[in-house]
Amino acid sequence: MVTSKSGGKGNPQIGRTAAKIAAYVLTVACAVVFVFPFLWMLSTSLKTQQEIYSFPPTLFPHKVYWNNYFLAVTKMPFLRYTWNTVAISVLCVVGQVLSSAMVAYSVSKIKWKGSKVLFPVIISTMMIPMQVTMIPLYIIYNKLGLVGTIVPLTLPAFFGGAYYIFLMRQFFKTIPDALFEAAKIDGARETMIFFRILLPLSRPVLASVAIFTFLASWSDFLGPLLYLNKQEQYTLSLGLQAFMQEHYVEWGPLMAASAIFTVPIVILFFFAQSYFIEGITVTGMKG
Amino acid sequence: MKRNGSKSSTQSARGQTGAGLLFALPWIIGFLAFGLYPICMSFYYSMTDFNIFQAPKWVGLANYTELLSDEKFYKSLWNTIYMVILATPIDLLIGLLLAVLLNQKIRGLPVFRTIFYLPSIVPIVASSLLWLWILNPQYGLLNGLLKTLGVYQPNWLMDPRFTKPSLVIMGVWGVGNIMIIFLASLQDVPRSYYEAAEIDGANAVQRFFHITLPSISPVIFFQLVMGIIGCFQYFTQAYLLIGGSTGGGLNGTSGGAENSMLFYALYLFHNAFGYFKMGKASAMAWILFVIVLVVTAVLFKTQDKWVSYGDQ
Repeated sequence: MVTSKSGGKGNPQIGRTAAKIAAYVLTVACAVVFVFPFLWMLSTSLKTQQEIYSFPPTLFPHKVYWNNYFLAVTKMPFLRYTWNTVAISVLCVVGQVLSSAMVAYSVSKIKWKGSKVLFPVIISTMMIPMQVTMIPLYIIYNKLGLVGTIVPLTLPAFFGGAYYIFLMRQFFKTIPDALFEAAKIDGARETMIFFRILLPLSRPVLASVAIFTFLASWSDFLGPLLYLNKQEQYTLSLGLQAFMQEHYVEWGPLMAASAIFTVPIVILFFFAQSYFIEGITVTGMKG
Repeated sequence: MKRNGSKSSTQSARGQTGAGLLFALPWIIGFLAFGLYPICMSFYYSMTDFNIFQAPKWVGLANYTELLSDEKFYKSLWNTIYMVILATPIDLLIGLLLAVLLNQKIRGLPVFRTIFYLPSIVPIVASSLLWLWILNPQYGLLNGLLKTLGVYQPNWLMDPRFTKPSLVIMGVWGVGNIMIIFLASLQDVPRSYYEAAEIDGANAVQRFFHITLPSISPVIFFQLVMGIIGCFQYFTQAYLLIGGSTGGGLNGTSGGAENSMLFYALYLFHNAFGYFKMGKASAMAWILFVIVLVVTAVLFKTQDKWVSYGDQ
């Protein structure tokens, strides 16, 4: 009986080990390909202009040239851009977490007729291409004199995003109703249940939504491109693009600026990995 | 109401409706203001001649007929469909491949997962700049490698034959998101299915096609739909790479080498904010809307044929 395991034709044990090794080698090869652009970014950001334009390209700089980082933050108002980006992102996070949680609570835990109609409508709005609303919204903001302010970039976050409502609803549904019933018998009102029971229990999903909202507004390009027209208002995305237009061939400072722009996201990922993974999994799998 | 307690159920039901409505209010207001109203206005604008500075002038279907004889419109539509057909399947396939690799109970899984995922969250401007540099024909990393290997070195973003493949390569670097989703769905496939198949003598390939793929087909379907909808709106990378490879200004209306990167959303943007033809751009937006709806509907029609939702 024991021998039959390794018996059979073509010795499956060896075949399995070979397959495992092949899979491992392929994984490592893919990983190298995926890491390389990052290394290239860092490598270029630490090279002199002369070495950047030499052939063959070198992965490790002959002499580490930190000056690119200095140039990146002084040739453009980097701090200003960072502050603008942080301000917009934080406002979006606060608005999105609060409003999406409210709406998700309404369509998952409050027993009312509307929730059955409302939820599918919310989900189906995900299919509307943003180009359809882009022009009228621009015209409205233009009429209200809000083009050139951060209002168009932050206000919509306070009215709940379909993706985030969906993500939160999935989580809220897993919280047993009994917890709410008990509170209701004690006479708690919906608002109190929402703030005192639901939100504290939902920290993981709140974190996921906060992270994704932050990521989206930190990286957003089209929004700032449409609505921010003075340089002192630029976000990092827009500022970096403008910098590229002016200093097209200065890859050292450009890569240094890109690296600085990317680092906060990488740090965020390392501190909050599980929220990233959980969040993506829920929204990606249960359409 | 609180005092009444269970006495009057209609009253508490009304209270629930009130509370439900109150909590849903942000979305309802937001939808009316940022969704429904703009959608209706967009439809109206599509029937007008409108340059933002003067009041819209009614022209009926003129914008639509103008588009039908606009060469750049067809070019942008073709470019976009090309991308949908080329990029979406490649992204899904490579995302799936990476997920399958990582699902082999591989040692160092968290490290690999991080490596594959991280590129997908790099800010789009940073990643576009990086790829602009990697794909630089003279000094870029990729052509440096190809030169060392003695292989033909394309002009990537300057050569109309290679612009879209360049964008696809760049897109593949960002499949981490799809990979995570596929990986999670692979881990959800019950182990007992595989054990049963193994007892029946199914080999690894058979197990993959008869168990793995059907089990995760709903996820593949959802990713396919979202991928196609996203691809039809392809904009930012094209905008940035064109700006970087031609040195065009912020309000440039270039479509890259021989308009090979003039994607639908980009041409729409040019019409709206480059030429200030808001009416024409709105007409384009509505055509896009209809295309997306039709494509999605068709995909949903096909799903009975290949998507299995199990019995839960």
